[in-house]
Amino acid sequence: MEMNDIIKPENKVYSAPALLNQVHMHYCPGCSHGVVHKLVAQVIEEMGVTEKAVGISPVGCAVFAYNYIDIDWEEAPHGRATALATAVKRLWPENLVFTYQGDGDFSAIGTCESIHACNRGENIAIIFINNAIYGMTGGQMAPTTLLGQKTATCPYGRRPDLNGYPLAITPLLAQLDGTCYVTRQSIHTPANVRKAKAALRKAFENSINCKGTSVVEIVSACNTGWKLTPEKANKWMEENMFAKYPLGDLKNLEEGIQR
Amino acid sequence: MKDEVTLMKGNEALAMAAIRYGADAYFGYPITPQSEVLEKLEEEMPWETTGMVVLQAESEVAAINMVYGGAMTGKAVLTSTSSPGFSLMQEGVSYLAASEVPALLINVQRGGPGLGTIHASQADYFQACKGGGHGDYRMIVLAPSSVQEMADMVALGFDLAFKYRCVSMILADGTIGQLMEKVVLPEQRPRRTDEEIRQQCPWAVNGRKGMRPSNVVTSLELDDDKMEENNWRFQATYREIEKNETRCELVNVEDCDYLITAFGTTARIAMKTMELARKEGIKVGLFRPITLWPFPEKQLREAAKNVKGILCVELNAGQMIEDVKLAVECKMPVEHYGRFGGNVPTPDELLNVLKEKLINK
Repeated sequence: MEMNDIIKPENKVYSAPALLNQVHMHYCPGCSHGVVHKLVAQVIEEMGVTEKAVGISPVGCAVFAYNYIDIDWEEAPHGRATALATAVKRLWPENLVFTYQGDGDFSAIGTCESIHACNRGENIAIIFINNAIYGMTGGQMAPTTLLGQKTATCPYGRRPDLNGYPLAITPLLAQLDGTCYVTRQSIHTPANVRKAKAALRKAFENSINCKGTSVVEIVSACNTGWKLTPEKANKWMEENMFAKYPLGDLKNLEEGIQR
Repeated sequence: MKDEVTLMKGNEALAMAAIRYGADAYFGYPITPQSEVLEKLEEEMPWETTGMVVLQAESEVAAINMVYGGAMTGKAVLTSTSSPGFSLMQEGVSYLAASEVPALLINVQRGGPGLGTIHASQADYFQACKGGGHGDYRMIVLAPSSVQEMADMVALGFDLAFKYRCVSMILADGTIGQLMEKVVLPEQRPRRTDEEIRQQCPWAVNGRKGMRPSNVVTSLELDDDKMEENNWRFQATYREIEKNETRCELVNVEDCDYLITAFGTTARIAMKTMELARKEGIKVGLFRPITLWPFPEKQLREAAKNVKGILCVELNAGQMIEDVKLAVECKMPVEHYGRFGGNVPTPDELLNVLKEKLINK
């Protein structure tokens, strides 16, 4: 069989989701954001909820998420995405409402809003990208930066006596009565990409069905901030990040939270 | 229908007027002296009647960002707070203005700076009128001086905010908030349907119904030329508001030799001072700006044309006086008298000050 006989529309097994705008992304090659964006677009498309979807983009690398996924978006002040999402979902209860936030946005400046939105059981999905560093501002220490990890603001490595400890916020959120689904995923292998996609779908369904707050943490690589090649960054993540932030479900209430 | 006259606090009137306006949501955090707004709303349970959302936020920072999130969807959303809380909200106010979304904010002022006092103050005039947050923006600032105006300004504030896609604020003070007096509440208006909101606010973020093109509301624009363009657009809106929306009350200005300028609580005291002065044969008039921004400078200039002097009375160390002086171009003596720290002047006190600073000088 000739190659041209194979390349036909009916033989097509994969294409980019239609909701993913065909524009150049500003993300670095090797960054996890691109894959997660694709998954978000795919899940919204597959669920058939484009007309109901509202995303809240953060301040940080994903600030321009609204340029890439073709749904309605609000752009939040730094850390406040879950407060915005709270209002959107309460005012438009049939909508799918999700935030997309990094570790600085979600677990440093926005900690108060993050915890209280989860504790109130807001019917929103939170996508929490944890790459242990501030990407957009140029590689500074994040709350999730590991001990010993070097960043622009802990150039000799994070020290507990100077900088405190890495913050694992997700297990804390799993303890709150308002969360129905809390999970930690990654997208560094095809198998993990599939698992992450299933997690996003569950979180989005929970929002639509008003089952409580869902948190999908995605342990991610920032090869530029970490000053590693994409391949080495993934390896470093497996060896170091997963020890502090182990993957898997932390909480899953199929029936939703008690109200 | 006969007017429904009730007796209530200014803060309670705000809450009732918000429900009656058909507001979609209130987000707030308790702080003295305005907590009755949230208390009244929770007591009334409007979610059972009009469908209005009421939520006690975890902080003023969260509250203003809930307002921001809700306002971007085209809904009529408000918050209320008092001075320290409004300072916390300033970041959000700047974002609201930059995103050109309508919202109603209420500051029932207390004395500062810092934690200050829980009693009335007008020391947030600069913050409200000159921009308390970062960047070049303005809010329409309404100054009520009665419980009736507290109620009426909710509808006015919302209508202006939606007309110009800007932020309106009611700059009240602890006295008006806590004062109980007669009020006629507006009739209940229905909340707009989601379909009406989609038509009225085609820019709003509430899902791509009918697969319309996506809407994005953001205050971010990294292209300097485009950001400059945005700023010119904001400024054009502000000029339009200045042209159309100045409001003030003028009392006895036709024949007055001296003019008192005052707003809110202080204007009520000044009104009495004016009466006392007139009994003594001193021709005093009152200029009360109802919009503090845009400041009714033309009306003031006109009213002050033939006066010998102006006394600007405020519950602060001298804030509105700057706008008064600019309006009259310092063509006559403009004196200031301020009480602060939660204190208010008496009518006699103001009359003595008027004599001392302007008449017997």
